[in-house]
Amino acid sequence: MGNNDLQRHIDTPYRWGFVTEIEQETIPMGLDEGVIRRLSARKDEPDFMLDWRLEAYRHWLTMQEPDWATVSYPAIDYQAIHYFSAPKAGNQPRSLAEVDPKLLATYEKLGIPLNEREALAGVAVDAVFDSVSVATTFKDKLEALGIIFCPFSEAVRRHPDLVRLYLGSVVPHTDNFFAALNAAVFSDGTFVYVPKGVHCPMELSTYFRINARDTGQFERTLIIADEGSYVSYLEGCTAPQRDENQLHAAVVELIALKDARIKYATVQNWYPGDAEGRGGIYNFVTKRGDCRGDHSHISWTQVETGSAITWKYPSCILRGDNSVGEFYSVALTNHHQQADTGTKMIHIGRNSRSTIVSKGISAGRGRNAYRGLVKMLKGAEGARNHSQCDSLLMGPDCAAHTFPYIEVKNPTATVEHEATTSRIGDDQLFYLRSRGLTEEDAVNLIVNGFCKEVFKELPMEFAVEAQKLLAVSLEGAVG
Amino acid sequence: MLQIRNLHVSVAGKPILKGIDLDVGPGEVHAIMGPNGSGKSTLAQVLAGRSGYEVSQGSVRYLDRDLFLLPPEARARAGIFLAFQYPMEIPGVANAQFLRTALNSQHRARGEAEVDAFDFLEHVKGKLALLEMDDGFLYRSLNEGFSGGEKKRNEILQMLVLEPRLAILDETDSGLDIDALQVVARGVNAMRSPDRAIVLVTHYQRLLEHIVPDRVHVLAAGRIVRSGDRDLAMELEDKGYGWLNAGADFEEDRP
Repeated sequence: MGNNDLQRHIDTPYRWGFVTEIEQETIPMGLDEGVIRRLSARKDEPDFMLDWRLEAYRHWLTMQEPDWATVSYPAIDYQAIHYFSAPKAGNQPRSLAEVDPKLLATYEKLGIPLNEREALAGVAVDAVFDSVSVATTFKDKLEALGIIFCPFSEAVRRHPDLVRLYLGSVVPHTDNFFAALNAAVFSDGTFVYVPKGVHCPMELSTYFRINARDTGQFERTLIIADEGSYVSYLEGCTAPQRDENQLHAAVVELIALKDARIKYATVQNWYPGDAEGRGGIYNFVTKRGDCRGDHSHISWTQVETGSAITWKYPSCILRGDNSVGEFYSVALTNHHQQADTGTKMIHIGRNSRSTIVSKGISAGRGRNAYRGLVKMLKGAEGARNHSQCDSLLMGPDCAAHTFPYIEVKNPTATVEHEATTSRIGDDQLFYLRSRGLTEEDAVNLIVNGFCKEVFKELPMEFAVEAQKLLAVSLEGAVG
Repeated sequence: MLQIRNLHVSVAGKPILKGIDLDVGPGEVHAIMGPNGSGKSTLAQVLAGRSGYEVSQGSVRYLDRDLFLLPPEARARAGIFLAFQYPMEIPGVANAQFLRTALNSQHRARGEAEVDAFDFLEHVKGKLALLEMDDGFLYRSLNEGFSGGEKKRNEILQMLVLEPRLAILDETDSGLDIDALQVVARGVNAMRSPDRAIVLVTHYQRLLEHIVPDRVHVLAAGRIVRSGDRDLAMELEDKGYGWLNAGADFEEDRP
């Protein structure tokens, strides 16, 4: 897998003879300053944006790809990637008939409406469907409240002062290898600003932003909750998304000012590769929230079932006094999937509190690691953390690891860590089957029970979908 | 309803049941008694379909079907229920959610309508009251942190909700105080009906003071050594299992 697939994808000719305008949008593969300049120019970006990208690129050149995670994959050739391209249009299936029937069967099971299936599978749809008008309606309502919710590239043009003030202030371009790469070449993403004292009345979701598709493998999200505001954001979608990219290196930055609260939920179901471990997305993501003001509150909830490799640590910097950080995670690995995921809670403010609940499920030959850092700095008087990391194993060939790192520099701070590892027992399965449940239903019931503390943090509809998603992801894991 | 013929069962190569014959008809209550290690629990587990038991000889027919061709869930859907001696804990799964899932998988399999959350509550409320369980039971994780007595009551609740044709109770009386025993007995007696059979597996006679059986069988060393009416249970109470020891060797080790 890896480069060969990538190469094949890149080499794919325009099978359906697309018009020349589209061909001209592609910048040849490979990465240098010229590519970044062309990319920035194509997006009509102001100078500060280009300078920022170039600085990030120059820094990236000095960095090494990290190798400390418990994941393994063949080397990625960064010169064999298109950093700005529209060749995806050339690869798009023209109707559902051209889409992998397995993918369609999964949509069927998840109950995805037909027109959405087309969108998810990347079918080139010309017809305007419902969500377009829905999206516009919501946008008007949000604007009336002063909430900005738009593509990142639009924010760069229309709200440059806000972008300039906050971009990179949580995840600087020097942060890590993938964050630097993202800063240099990010294509698009989401921008949210909630003004002072405004309680955003609806869940914001990329689903409602019609141009969220094809934002590419280097997505960038920036969410700012001004003083006393509240916003809940849902990223992703429970249906598996057809995507040709091997590498995803996204960056998400959250900023909560005084008394503000941000809830960020992710349901990640990128293509995990097949049962033999061929193909699948490498999901190398940097997500960090900054509780910048006193009494600010950021919570991350993630349900990770997709991708061949997940490398992801949504974190909180608890700068404000009495600020609160939360991390609720379900990570499932089946077949040959690998996940190294967890969080960092950096306590700076006094009486800051954090909660970590991590649930890892391994099946098949899946490998699942929780990696978490809880750091209590000198000034974190009276700070508290509670971490709970549970692993559930299914079958003899999977693996689960827990790597908790704890650093305490303030004697009044409290850190608690609990970890458990359990296996779905034959006795449990027999008990449930003896009541009439099939083995598959019995497994799903046990798994859902195991994940309950995380699911209850999700908006209701998504909790229901997340349950279905786990069921689909675990198909054939037992028996 | 249930015909067991010359049933031989081994566990890990060791013979446990050595030729059981038993007929249970609709409307009947049978008690299977015997000392520890006689094979009572093995018989109960084999009927419910637990893996790890090797049937080397004999047959079991249930409602004119070969029981051994059915996986555990199919047996449940065909109306067999086993009240476990040691019920399993399933963390995070609310009792109500589990019960409704179980009920609906049985309904679906029989082509009956599924029960929604409201109808389910109606269905279950009176049964909770009968067992002197409060509504809170429904929302606790299945058996997690339940006391021994609560787990046993919960087994009886499941039986009342699922309304099986053949209920097998594996030492449901063990570890119960006299009040709990009476409550459990009340639940079982409420289930007695002309088209339902009940098999009580028990070590002690005291359960049979509250649930009067039609037939009593004594199992020793993998065989039924004596069958009779409830007077047999009384006799056992007076004289102990040693009284029956006419050549049968008792093995104290349990499977």
